[in-house]
Amino acid sequence: MHSFINYLLFGWYPYVALTVLILGSIIRFDKGQYTWRSQSSQFLRRKQLMVGSNLFHLGVLILLFGHFVGLLTPIGFFDALGISHGFKQLMALIVGGIAGILGFIGCSLLLHRRLFDPRIRRSSSVGDILVLLLLWIQLLLGLATTIWTMDHLDGEAMVLFMGWAQGVLTFNPAAADLIIDAQLVYKVHIVLGLTLFLITPFSRLVHIWSAPVAYLLRPGYQVVRSRRLGRKSTTPVPAATSGSRPAASNK
Amino acid sequence: MKIRAQIGMVLNLDKCIGCHTCSITCKNVWTNREGVEYAWFNNVESKPGIGYPKDWENQERWNGGWVRKKNGKLQPRAGSKWRLLANIFANPDLPEIDDFYEPYTFEYEWLQKAPELQAQPSAKPRSLVTGEALTKIEWSGNWEDDLSGEFSKRSRDYNFSGVEKEIYGQFEQTFLMYLPRLCEHCLNPSCVASCPSGAIYKREEDGIVLIDQDKCRGWRMCVSGCPYKKIYYNWSTGKSEKCIFCYPRIEAGMPTVCSETCVGRIRYLGVLLYDADKIEAAASVENEKDLYQAQRNIFLDPHDPEVQKRALRAGIPQAWLDAAKKSPVYKMAMEWEVAFPLHPEYRTLPMVWYIPPLSPIQSAAEAGKMAVNNGMPDVRSLRIPLRYLANLLTAGDETPVARALERMLAMRAYMRGKTVDGVSDEKIPQNVGLNSATIEEMYRYMALAAYEDRYVIPTNHREFDENAYQLRGTAGFAFTEPRNGKSKDRDVFGGPKKMPRKPYTDAS
Repeated sequence: MHSFINYLLFGWYPYVALTVLILGSIIRFDKGQYTWRSQSSQFLRRKQLMVGSNLFHLGVLILLFGHFVGLLTPIGFFDALGISHGFKQLMALIVGGIAGILGFIGCSLLLHRRLFDPRIRRSSSVGDILVLLLLWIQLLLGLATTIWTMDHLDGEAMVLFMGWAQGVLTFNPAAADLIIDAQLVYKVHIVLGLTLFLITPFSRLVHIWSAPVAYLLRPGYQVVRSRRLGRKSTTPVPAATSGSRPAASNK
Repeated sequence: MKIRAQIGMVLNLDKCIGCHTCSITCKNVWTNREGVEYAWFNNVESKPGIGYPKDWENQERWNGGWVRKKNGKLQPRAGSKWRLLANIFANPDLPEIDDFYEPYTFEYEWLQKAPELQAQPSAKPRSLVTGEALTKIEWSGNWEDDLSGEFSKRSRDYNFSGVEKEIYGQFEQTFLMYLPRLCEHCLNPSCVASCPSGAIYKREEDGIVLIDQDKCRGWRMCVSGCPYKKIYYNWSTGKSEKCIFCYPRIEAGMPTVCSETCVGRIRYLGVLLYDADKIEAAASVENEKDLYQAQRNIFLDPHDPEVQKRALRAGIPQAWLDAAKKSPVYKMAMEWEVAFPLHPEYRTLPMVWYIPPLSPIQSAAEAGKMAVNNGMPDVRSLRIPLRYLANLLTAGDETPVARALERMLAMRAYMRGKTVDGVSDEKIPQNVGLNSATIEEMYRYMALAAYEDRYVIPTNHREFDENAYQLRGTAGFAFTEPRNGKSKDRDVFGGPKKMPRKPYTDAS
């Protein structure tokens, strides 16, 4: 039974979560971009958001990047560079720990504000509160894992998690078995993480996809739209009327 | 030279009576929805006053508009693109809803439902954000109406800089003017520049600045980036909204709702041709006081045959060129020089211009309290300080404002002489650099202000941009309809079947 549940959560659930994340996001972007936004509440209440949001986003961005690089880079790459497992584990612990603390402080400020400020509370949807609550728990769990990680600083467990994550991405059916003996706290952290992927298309979290890096590439500052440029004529205009028609629009 | 056309607006403050009809009709059409209860695409401020939102003219606080860097290049005052992106998680310059006001309604129902009570039932105010009862309403959309409140608070008005304002606090010395405000539909909009998503854009064909509601991601940089604070964050939908210049009406050749319903006939709409290649240079002239002239310099003379030829080649329809020749906006801004941009020092090149108010001057002069030059009152010793108007309209340059006021006074003096005494005194227009024909035309447009003179709006030639042949018989909105297999309505679930090419009717 233990093995079955382990397979369900770490062999099957990742695919469900990732499929929903990707397909759900594409479909929402395609069908309902009007609902695609960050839904910032800064305009209603500035208090606590200035510090909270900055700390939270900074922490979470470092953590996201760290998890991706840390989990998905093949271990052979680090070996080739001569980075020992223990050193990588220690780096992950320090960087992740600091970012986690920053993010957790920020998230706590935001959650407190969302729950106890009447303006924010009343204008929040269930989803807004749920997402923040799950993120808060996730950050707490992530910080909690550091306590157990202290016990095995050799990076043994870390390599197993890397194997699992890479196994999932390479469709290795044995991936789930790698972490069957891992501590419960890691497992809960992973399941909750996958759940966050799962709910992303249905929540405000979709704004992550829209990180506006293209702004830096925009030539100059101004944006001018012309109907004429988008115009595609498929029917010839009778010659009789072409005199009154601006020449440049004939594209 | 890249010629473009825009529908510009002029507001004759000399005739504004502060009735708020423009604001109310606009609100009823565009912003009586959840999340924008607090928003007024058009509002009328009583000046002097700090305005709506509070203190909006103080760009040291809000960082709206542009700054000219040392190397002569323009940059949003809030910072470079990197700086703006770094502030995306929490925008330090963003106003809070309280800087506008917390929207509320009253418990009207209680007035009918209340049981028999010892006291009269009263309708308590309730917040439209939290739903809670408000004990005291501290501020609202037009809290300073008709000089309400203490002078000490109202006089934090930014336009008092360089004016010894203390004396205007005395009852006998005080002055009042109205300032109706809407989106300026700038030539160099800083909201567009600060939108990280690229959702805000200026329309090439008529210059209207719009927010693509599908592309807006709610990063809210535009709210602080607009120095006029005319972009409103809809806290319910999480998207920004702004004045759309009633584009569905403009496209059909109708005036905007605020203009149509203006009972004082103070609003004018007309075509302005301009050279888009010169925008950047005009917006970045070194001296702020030159910005008014720099903007005038990029407007093109619609009577110039060369301009007409190039405009046609640039795709501007003939009807627009005809309208440009009759444009009241061009006449006021360029020919008579009586209209001015609002706060040109923001370097956005606004396209809603204002004629400075005159009436309080005349009445004071008639009371014999004012210096008189050549039979006309000296505009420099007037009730509304010239410097105040100049701070509002020309970045502090008093000369053009003084000339405009003198011309308006001359118009009155000349027409009074003509209609009352039956004498046309040619010297009056000559004193202000005009001739009697121009003065009479000014009178026709500014005093009589007939509907067809105020609004010269050519229709938008959408038929050039869309294929009307294919549009016929379609529902117009919402469905994925076949458009020769090129449907832009195609979604991930597919679209209409591809149609075979029909070489004799399809051209592409």
